[in-house]
Amino acid sequence: MHQTNSKLRFRTKSVLTGWSFVLLAVILIFVFYFYPMLQALILSFQTGTGSNLTFTGFDNYSRLLSDKTFIVSVKNTFIYLLVQVPLMIILALFISVLLNDSKLRFKGFFRTAIFLPCVTSLVAYSVVFKYLFSGNGLVNTMLLKLHLVSAPIEWITDPFWAKITIIIAITWRWTGYNMIFYLSALQNIDHSIYEAAKIDGASSTRQFFGITVPLLKPIILFTSITSTIGTLQLFDEVMNITKGGPGNATQTISQYIYNLSFKYAADFGYAATVSYSIVIMIALLSVIQFKVAGDKNG
Amino acid sequence: MAKSKRFFMYLFLSIAAIVSIFPFLWMVVSSTNQSVDVTRGRLLPGTHLLENLRKLLDTTDLQLSLMNSAKISITTTLLALLIASLAGYGFEVFRSRSKDIVFNILLLSMMIPFAALMIPLYRMFGQISNVFPWMGIDTIVSVILPTVTTAFLIFFFRQSTKMFPKELLEAGRMDGLSELGIFLRIYLPTMKTTYAAGAIITFMSSWNNYLWPLIVLQTPQTKTMPLLISTLGSGYAPDYGMIMIAIVIGTIPTALVFFVMQKQFVAGMIGSVK
Repeated sequence: MHQTNSKLRFRTKSVLTGWSFVLLAVILIFVFYFYPMLQALILSFQTGTGSNLTFTGFDNYSRLLSDKTFIVSVKNTFIYLLVQVPLMIILALFISVLLNDSKLRFKGFFRTAIFLPCVTSLVAYSVVFKYLFSGNGLVNTMLLKLHLVSAPIEWITDPFWAKITIIIAITWRWTGYNMIFYLSALQNIDHSIYEAAKIDGASSTRQFFGITVPLLKPIILFTSITSTIGTLQLFDEVMNITKGGPGNATQTISQYIYNLSFKYAADFGYAATVSYSIVIMIALLSVIQFKVAGDKNG
Repeated sequence: MAKSKRFFMYLFLSIAAIVSIFPFLWMVVSSTNQSVDVTRGRLLPGTHLLENLRKLLDTTDLQLSLMNSAKISITTTLLALLIASLAGYGFEVFRSRSKDIVFNILLLSMMIPFAALMIPLYRMFGQISNVFPWMGIDTIVSVILPTVTTAFLIFFFRQSTKMFPKELLEAGRMDGLSELGIFLRIYLPTMKTTYAAGAIITFMSSWNNYLWPLIVLQTPQTKTMPLLISTLGSGYAPDYGMIMIAIVIGTIPTALVFFVMQKQFVAGMIGSVK
């Protein structure tokens, strides 16, 4: 009896010690993520300016569907997502496979150079890109000198090219970041697998699709989900390169939420509703990405 | 065939490296040139570095913004490492079913977009301002608190803790160390590379954070470097040389942190991916 008692006390003590290690983090995440998340849900059913809010049921949600600015923002965000995320992932994979070649020289230099964009702040590089791509900016000057174009491209002021500029900018900033994940994973693959494939006469293309891609699938899934979440929240670049313009041609959902809350007449309720549209999109897209990755697994 | 393949490999990597580095070079070169020369596309270093710097010091409160950014990033990094490593260690070493459930719930927070949090957080800190002004809107605390704990960092530490030799734990217990003692005296020194990688990730994202500071910091006295750079860049008649020196100065801390700890960073990342 005495023995079981002290054993019990020991177990309770170790359970308590375990919880005390994680408690602070758990509290902070609940206070600063889950509680505000709930607050945003409640807000999304309210309307009014500033802190004068009243409940209006699903009014905000029906307003969403006929809100042209919202629809344009969603469209823009999805154009960035569908073009940029696959482009960046393929580029990062390709570069990391080249960098993983055991005979490659200057490996450290290439790796550091391509990772370098990650050290800049989104604001700083956005401002640099804004000037590089301005009408009389360096990019146009070089394109003209090389006779690649006959007139300067309206990178920032044309609705189509402004989107391209944003896509180029994000790709520049994040490809190296994703590459590091693939490089780390590639270094964990046993070289003998490739040796065996070589003996069997598999070309490097076949090795890439037959060995590298399947083995990196968890990491590819991870990077595509984080990139998707990142792109759906795109804000800093658009705010600092194009300000969302021309018109609303480059505006993203996050920027629209910011404008609704802090630029126009502080409509927190409706802004919260718009923000929930991102929550729903992230949830849906993540489920789809998991499903797609899972199916190929068989 | 093999030779031409090698050639294209080097060509491709060289182009990628040049494209990656070029905006940096241009930014550094432009910070030494006059505004007119920057717009003319001058690619050679000039002699206006000190003049640009003086203009920047005259028209903005650069030191103040640097100090604000430094205070926020250093505090955030130290607190984030402590909180996340305690939690990551706790979740891995004292495993239980209920703790696994809680851990998975925490991971869900990674899916919550900041856009959905910013309005409630802004209102929350508005209310705090009425009671505790020192941690309400427009304070450094209000920037730090919502960003200091991320599920990603907890996940990162938990993954790395899987590699921590459990015999050391037993040895510590035999020696009569308390659980916290084991954590502080054995775990912390053993996991240096993990801490270094975590520090780089946190410092960079904190130093570069823009949206939340933009919302919550409202007076010039609390401006951080990204806010300063953003306002400089939004003018109608920008002084390019001056803006470029501001960007260079704003990039130096994160670039330094990265280069000093690059080895540990890569090692730490590899540890977490395994």
